[in-house]
Amino acid sequence: MRMLKIVVLLVLVVVAVLFPLQISPDDTTTTVAVFALMFAAWATAWNTFSGYTGYIALGHAAFFGSGAYALAIMCQRWHVGLSDVSLLGLIIPADYAPFLLVPVAGLIAALIAVPVGWIALHTRRHTFIVVTIAIFFIFQLLAENNIGSLTGGTAGLEFHNPSWIYPFFNFPFYYAMLIILVLALLVSWWVRHSKYGLGLLAIRDDEDRALGLGVKTGPSKLVAYVISALFAGMLGGVWGYFLGSVFPQSAYDPLNDITLALMAFMGGLGTLSGPIIGALIIEWARQNFESLPFIQNAQNPSGYYLIIYGALFLIVVLLLPEGIVPTARKWWMRWRSRQQSASGSDTPGQAEALAVGQAGSGEGGNG
Amino acid sequence: MSILEAQNVSKAFGGIQALDACSISVEQGKITGLIGPNGSGKTTLFNVITGYERVDTGTITFNGAPITNAPPDKVFRLGIGRTFQLTRIFSRLTVLENMHVAAQRQDLRGLLSRWSSSHEQRRALELLDFVGIAGLKDLPAGNLSYGQKKLLEFAFILIAEPQVILLDEPAGGVNPVMIRHLADRIRLLNQRGVTFLVVEHNMEFVMGLCDSVTVLHRGTKIAEGPPETVRTNPEVLEAYLGA
Repeated sequence: MRMLKIVVLLVLVVVAVLFPLQISPDDTTTTVAVFALMFAAWATAWNTFSGYTGYIALGHAAFFGSGAYALAIMCQRWHVGLSDVSLLGLIIPADYAPFLLVPVAGLIAALIAVPVGWIALHTRRHTFIVVTIAIFFIFQLLAENNIGSLTGGTAGLEFHNPSWIYPFFNFPFYYAMLIILVLALLVSWWVRHSKYGLGLLAIRDDEDRALGLGVKTGPSKLVAYVISALFAGMLGGVWGYFLGSVFPQSAYDPLNDITLALMAFMGGLGTLSGPIIGALIIEWARQNFESLPFIQNAQNPSGYYLIIYGALFLIVVLLLPEGIVPTARKWWMRWRSRQQSASGSDTPGQAEALAVGQAGSGEGGNG
Repeated sequence: MSILEAQNVSKAFGGIQALDACSISVEQGKITGLIGPNGSGKTTLFNVITGYERVDTGTITFNGAPITNAPPDKVFRLGIGRTFQLTRIFSRLTVLENMHVAAQRQDLRGLLSRWSSSHEQRRALELLDFVGIAGLKDLPAGNLSYGQKKLLEFAFILIAEPQVILLDEPAGGVNPVMIRHLADRIRLLNQRGVTFLVVEHNMEFVMGLCDSVTVLHRGTKIAEGPPETVRTNPEVLEAYLGA
């Protein structure tokens, strides 16, 4: 079982790496792939906080947008992307130079997330959701109003266009998104298996109980929130460079908040692979919706997407409340236990469960 | 010598005085019973000791040091574990994962490593075996029966090796066989030096288990002493019969 998992994972990585080069190098497909990877990484990072702790954050586009603006501002002020850069003896071509600043954009988003998270995490459940949405709109307004002459207001900011030509143009962005996805997945995997992550899962089930068992709930939640913002910021940076310009409406897009949550819910909140599966399905669906005539002719298609996603959300909540991955896992377990009981082997757990009452009068135990 | 002490602790919720200058002391190495009619302040006392509620006035000391209004995680780390009247476990984690939540590590490296070292894993299994639910270790804790949940909550407190354990109605809603089982475990731990403070309405359980009994009524202590004497105390009878 373990070997099988590793083999499948390796095959997926090889397919992902070769995808643009060998399998499907045409522009349209790779463009879709860049967005699919971006959302897969973003949903994975979002899930590292929201999925594990159960705190549904609906303002993550604030960190995505901040990362995009941070990279655009840095590139503009420091003229990054105009000339080659030498780093540790390597000459980085000018067009690739902005990628070097992507981690910095992520760190800036993470830094912004510290006070934001500290305030928002004083509330719980529905209040938390509302507070995160409110904070998100503050960011959009700040960008629109060109605070500190940083954001360029509604005119937005421009990146220096790289000299790459299609179909190669998409490749650097594809691999940048892929690297961030792998990193986000590694972090998510590590959190899921660490003592720290177990504390987050305990918070999801009963926060006050976790606190009473020595879990430092406040710092734990904040760290997870900041980690997820770090990835959102990096993705925002790459996205901004990919599109070539950053506007308040597109960088701070509330549709993205809904999309993320839908992806994670559909795939399975709190699971490792769920958000990725959800992201791939929704992105694929979105591409199909784009060819629908009423969306093609719409002045503001984002409104239609909200309606479609809302409907999808309802379907998921009603038919697949646990998401695809946990439901599939349950079916698999049921199928396996049926196979086992058919072959006559008894599960030892149930027999022992029945014997619990008698255990008390036995020997002293060795606890 | 008393290991845990509450002195003149008062706590009001709106107009209701849940605790009224209440003082109790728990002797080290003993099993102390805490009884009283419904609404006499037993659970509120547990809550202020373990940091879930703040006191209005008064002090709480543990091993001679003040812990008044310390947050729950700190109280637990100092060595006071508690269970809840309505059992509180992590229902979506497995039984084994539940055990490891309470085995917290304070250093960064400990937090970043896997949630179960081999040592902790062995200890968790030993304790599950000790309370008698080791066979259920891989089940989601939410699937356990009510009594099994109580045993699990008891077991995951033990993993942190607390000096004092506060049990809030451990026998409530549990079948008689399991109650005897639980009493056995408490006695055994007590022999190894763990101090207990037990809130319980099952008088047979309290009288059979406790070295001394403290009685609360309307938020203050009205009697304390060996079970036999408390049982016949006229003030206690009056409180229970609602005169």
